[in-house]
Amino acid sequence: MTPLLEVKGLTKRFGGLIAVSDISFSIAGGEILGLIGPNGSGKSTVMKCIMGIERPNAGEVLLEGTNVAGWPTHKIARQGIGIVFQHARPLHRQTVLEHIILALLPDDLLMLRANRAVRERAEMIAERVGLAAVMHRLPRTLPFADLRRLELGKAIARNPKVVLVDEPFAGLTATEVGDFSELIASFRAEGHAVLLVDHNVKSVAALVDRALAMYLGEYVAHGTADEVMRNETVRRVYLGGKLEVAARPDTGGLARKPLLGVDNLSVQYGKAQALDSVSITVGEGEFVSVVGLNGAGKTTLFNAISGLVAASGTVTWNGQSLAGRSAAAIARGGIVQCPETRELFGELNVRENLDLGGQHLPKEVSARQLAWLFDLFPILQERQNQAARTLSGGEQQMLAIARALMMQPKLLILDEPTLGLAPVILEQLSKALEALRQTTDITVLLGEQNVTFALPHADRVYVLEHARIVWEGPPGRFAEEAGAGYL
Amino acid sequence: MRTSRLYPLLALILLCLALLPFGVGGYILGLLTVGYYYGVIAMAWDLLFGFAGEVNFGPSFLVGVGAYTAALLNHYQHWPIWACLIAGSLAAMVGGMVLAVPALKLKGPYFGLITLVAVLLLQNMLVLFSGVTGGEIGLDVPDVLTISDNGNYWYALGFMTISGAILFGLSRSPTGLILQASGQDAIEASALGFNVAKHKMVAFAVSAIFSGLAGAMLIFYLATVSVGTVVDLTIGAQVIIAAVMGGRRTILGAALGSVLLIIGNELLRPIGQLATFFVSATALVMILFFPGGFLGRLLRPEGRE
Repeated sequence: MTPLLEVKGLTKRFGGLIAVSDISFSIAGGEILGLIGPNGSGKSTVMKCIMGIERPNAGEVLLEGTNVAGWPTHKIARQGIGIVFQHARPLHRQTVLEHIILALLPDDLLMLRANRAVRERAEMIAERVGLAAVMHRLPRTLPFADLRRLELGKAIARNPKVVLVDEPFAGLTATEVGDFSELIASFRAEGHAVLLVDHNVKSVAALVDRALAMYLGEYVAHGTADEVMRNETVRRVYLGGKLEVAARPDTGGLARKPLLGVDNLSVQYGKAQALDSVSITVGEGEFVSVVGLNGAGKTTLFNAISGLVAASGTVTWNGQSLAGRSAAAIARGGIVQCPETRELFGELNVRENLDLGGQHLPKEVSARQLAWLFDLFPILQERQNQAARTLSGGEQQMLAIARALMMQPKLLILDEPTLGLAPVILEQLSKALEALRQTTDITVLLGEQNVTFALPHADRVYVLEHARIVWEGPPGRFAEEAGAGYL
Repeated sequence: MRTSRLYPLLALILLCLALLPFGVGGYILGLLTVGYYYGVIAMAWDLLFGFAGEVNFGPSFLVGVGAYTAALLNHYQHWPIWACLIAGSLAAMVGGMVLAVPALKLKGPYFGLITLVAVLLLQNMLVLFSGVTGGEIGLDVPDVLTISDNGNYWYALGFMTISGAILFGLSRSPTGLILQASGQDAIEASALGFNVAKHKMVAFAVSAIFSGLAGAMLIFYLATVSVGTVVDLTIGAQVIIAAVMGGRRTILGAALGSVLLIIGNELLRPIGQLATFFVSATALVMILFFPGGFLGRLLRPEGRE
């Protein structure tokens, strides 16, 4: 069978970073291919290159034999490729039906009235994706899942030969996942070629005919979902081969004096439940990892603890409730968060970034702290006078951690420090964390989707899934009891 | 409000306005005449900002280009009024295209800055070449549309009605829908197969033509053109305040806002300089507490909550 979509040697560089390196695959009509890879693996970039949102540096994107690589997005769309974005960004003032009508319109300047047939077709599509009851409502009044349905409806309206779907199931409940799987499978039944982009093989295994795994922009494995899940490299990328648990003097775990207590914390973002009655405790001097996939609610949990988002439930710190305290007061109290986005001052140099972190300290304390940090992260000492934005991703991450440590936190919250970092950098970072753990009595709360990185240092592990804590235990038991979900 | 109820109401209001000359004097008619021309300018601005999503801080650039083109041709070349109006609109359209090029490349505040600079450049050029343009004093325009107060009023009302119908119709048409999609999320719109650049260019062109034409008609009413009446930054600010007070993304609200603003300025004239302060403060309060403007609620989209 001749493929509908064929990607050959696709390569995309952002400055010096190679986001996608020589990726090739093809999808026939009536076939679903899963493009799998952890955060920063370049899978979204592949999708954007196909859609023309990014221009590939090299390679071909053949749609029924026509090379559309480098075309403007709207031409590629007209040629027959459609995309279902992960984040629904509906228009504020148009009803659901009008959104679908919009997707049905030709690219014409002189369309002063939509005809009756267009409206009827839009109504049919609304029916098909399960929006019939709400088609005259405005998007802001709809629940999260319905917004995703709307995105699917728009894709159906365009009727593209090739459908790209970005993380189809993120943030959906189990029943909704079922509905969506059916809708996506119906694309296949109608002979469309479908590309599903997702973090994990497992979540799309039931739906895809084949899967292709990527890591750090490179091809890793290709085959049926089962074959890819059994692949050695894939297992190493996701689970780190065998999970190693570093020996550490017993800290007494829960027996220790609880430093941070989170009880029944819930957060709602508009329609989406980002955190659902989460309770965790962190003892003084403990290293606790919260493991969870993208969108599980890790960042929300940390932001709620730091007072950056409003939440119901209670957070206690040293036995006192943090309710009503500002984010700044909480940070001064000793809870310092090192956000996943790093938030460095890019134009300032390494030293200035660190000095800002130590602003409130007396001079000699600050100098001592700085010396200790340079000892912990030698590379930062070398790079002292370099602007932060010119550092590599790993160096930036170290700087972000070091800056947080300059504030002498009692509790350091690290949110996905490994995001987009190469394995060799991970190792350096891991060593630094280990040194931190062995030489100080600092309490750490680490959020990670990279299990390999999260487990070795942890005294205790929580697993966060769809906004809830689903597992808690020592890292040694993780692989057998909760590891399966992380392939 | 449903369009089925909106149209009869609009027709009734327009009928009342059309009969106004039989009830009120020339002074009030004169005020409203100017208000109507500014109403068109504000509606054209709303098309660009409210629908195409382009923040144009210098609507008076387009107005000024149209007005001065018409005035210069009339003053020096003695072109007939209709030719001057066409030339003014076309010149403004070219001006709009010139603005559109950076707009499609730059984002947010940078484009806004360019529109501001465009006004300052035009103002400087007019003052630099004051030998031809009359500079800050202005230039007289030999021809006028008519000398009758009633006639001028009807011209302005008719012009506003037709422009409003076209702009409002465009905003509610499928083309307007595509334009809104392009303005709110260009990537999404192009992924749906729409040539965002093309649609935005057209929005710029339409907005510019109506702004330029309004400027040109205005000077044939005032019989004079000066930087202070059609180019100055404060004119642009007034247009924006009017459109926002009237209700962004409603088109019709912009016209209402302009008329009310002109009347407000006139009523407050006795308090002198304080009038500007008072009007600006009112606008600020409105933007802070009623961001929807006068018509924001009334012309709310038809969907159910």
